[in-house]
Amino acid sequence: MSLIISNLHISAADKEIIRGLNLAIKPGEVHAIMGPNGSGKSTLAAALLGHPHYEVTQGKIMIDQTDATRLSPDERARRGLFLSMQYPPEIPGVSLANFSHLATSSLSGKNVDPLAFRKILAEKIAGLKIKPEFATRSLGTGFSGGEKKRSEILQLLLFNPKYAILDEIDSGLDVDALKIVANGINRFKNKKNAVVLITHYNRILKYVAPDKVHVMVRGKIVKSGDKKLANEIEEKGYKNFTK
Amino acid sequence: MSPKKTSRAEVAVRQKNLDRADKAAVRFQAEPGLNEKIVREISEQKDEPAWMLAKRLSALKHFESSPLPGFGPNLSQLDLNSIVYFVRPDTSEATSWDKVPKEIKRTFEQLGIPEAERTALAGVGAQYDSDIVYHNLKKKWEAQGVIFENMDVAVQKYPELVKKYFMTECVPISDHKFVMLHGAVWSGGTFIFVPKNVHIELPLQAYFRMNAESGGQFEHTLIIADEGSEVHYIEGCSAPRYNKSSLHAGCVEIFVGKDARVRYSSIENWSKDTYNLNTKRALVDDGGTIEWVSGNLGSGATMLYPTSILRAEGARSDSLGIAFAGSGQNQDTGAKAIHLAPHTASTIVSKSISVDGGVNTFRGLISIAANATNVTASMSCDALLIGKKSIANTIPELKIKNDQVSVAHEARVGKIGEEEIFFLETRGFSEAEATRLLVSGFIEPIIKALPVEYALELNKLIELEMEGAVG
Repeated sequence: MSLIISNLHISAADKEIIRGLNLAIKPGEVHAIMGPNGSGKSTLAAALLGHPHYEVTQGKIMIDQTDATRLSPDERARRGLFLSMQYPPEIPGVSLANFSHLATSSLSGKNVDPLAFRKILAEKIAGLKIKPEFATRSLGTGFSGGEKKRSEILQLLLFNPKYAILDEIDSGLDVDALKIVANGINRFKNKKNAVVLITHYNRILKYVAPDKVHVMVRGKIVKSGDKKLANEIEEKGYKNFTK
Repeated sequence: MSPKKTSRAEVAVRQKNLDRADKAAVRFQAEPGLNEKIVREISEQKDEPAWMLAKRLSALKHFESSPLPGFGPNLSQLDLNSIVYFVRPDTSEATSWDKVPKEIKRTFEQLGIPEAERTALAGVGAQYDSDIVYHNLKKKWEAQGVIFENMDVAVQKYPELVKKYFMTECVPISDHKFVMLHGAVWSGGTFIFVPKNVHIELPLQAYFRMNAESGGQFEHTLIIADEGSEVHYIEGCSAPRYNKSSLHAGCVEIFVGKDARVRYSSIENWSKDTYNLNTKRALVDDGGTIEWVSGNLGSGATMLYPTSILRAEGARSDSLGIAFAGSGQNQDTGAKAIHLAPHTASTIVSKSISVDGGVNTFRGLISIAANATNVTASMSCDALLIGKKSIANTIPELKIKNDQVSVAHEARVGKIGEEEIFFLETRGFSEAEATRLLVSGFIEPIIKALPVEYALELNKLIELEMEGAVG
């Protein structure tokens, strides 16, 4: 039972962005993927969920022994993949409460009782120090950068996926918001799920300890290691890897 | 069949027999086309006073000498000479349920409309009788002096009121081609009078009156809200209405008295082969407020621009509209606010959804007279395009004759975004579900303004309309 990416090649508009990437993510693990701008981190994240802009030209994405390479994004989501986009879009006119109730139902394939769901939602909202009126506001509209990220973590906790891919969940956060987000991730993770943190910086890794750290350059993993690798990057930058 | 000409009476008799033998029968009707004879016949059948006949004839004269509108959807396929302008009320209702198009029947089922109502909505069979609820309400209204009556009946029972307000200063018979036509052949509709300071809490719905004449083709609605009164009137029905005729040319006139408040909500969903050429207008006095809430889903081509004439100080108009155009549909809709007095205010909010090659055109007008100072007015229109060939046009017009005004205007045309769809898909929604959710969010401001049962139906209807088009 793992998320296994093997020899993955991805192109967008005939330009190859991911060039033969391998990665195995087991439940219970936290992975960090680090890399300079333009190395293809966000492309990887989006393509893992099946974003229509990206074409898999070679290789495979396996979710728990199911070949997910050609599945639609919603099918991948139902099989346990979760993506927090770097810039989650706004959905005007659809309240966070309504959206997350519908999503919980469609992800689980069950009709979730609305009253029971409201209770759970209220608890999770309080746990993330989000204002209760958030639930009734349109998803994302008028949210600050920090509020958007917290809303993503709220969804992570509500939908409880097996493999969570968090693309720059730490960007644009002040120290307090970063702690809240990191706390949320720590509350989420357990032996049965895995987290992939995509980030430029070491700072979130001080709160969410990674088991494995990967350096990604020009569409490939060029080095993997433990959290010491992240410290090394913080000190020396990516220059040793980009030569 | 014998080759000799059959007289009308014979046809009628044969028709009746057919009705008995099997319900699938054509109902007896006047000959197609419009002429003085038919107009006289309508008036005679209704036993109308001479002044109404004179009005009809005068409207006919105007009609005959006026051109079709020089803007909007192409009306060249509309053959005004093939339309039947009058169906005698003494002939029995004989359109068959079997002839109602399949997709309309299916929509009724999907909306969960009770069978008795389905036949009424389709304009066939016995009319749905909602008598108990309606009569209880009616008693209460009557005690307050409220009149809520069929327009034909009102001509007989309240001639003074009708004579004063019917197609006089609000929508005069000479207004435009289809108003002239309407003036000549109008039939049925609703008359409402709300006395001074009376507030009607529950919305009045034409629905309650469906057991009376349905008059779906050229119906006339006249609402008079006296000083300080308040009323919400809901017309039409979100369920699709099957109309045998290809033309619907209704007219709505609303008089909002001093400090009165009228909300007029309507959802029109005529069958797709219909031309819906409608005129709706309100005259608003000092401190009065008119609120328009309009939904247009059906018909092949629509021309409809609810208009508020703010003719005295402090008058206000709020107009909220939504139009949906699917494949082959051309919705030419919008709103107009005419400011004739100082300190008047208006808002126009329009949303349109074009799917699968459908065409929406928004026409908005804010007109401010030279003496109308300290006016605030705003107009915004938001168009959503789904599918590559869908079209949205925006034609706003501002005519401002003085500079002591505050006017805002914005227009947005958006496509359903790939990022939004992708995001929702990553949360387990299929592409079609994601599109529906985005559309429901887009129309939410309109849905919020509607009573809950209409809101649910409108939402459901748009979902149904989009089913074939998306995913």
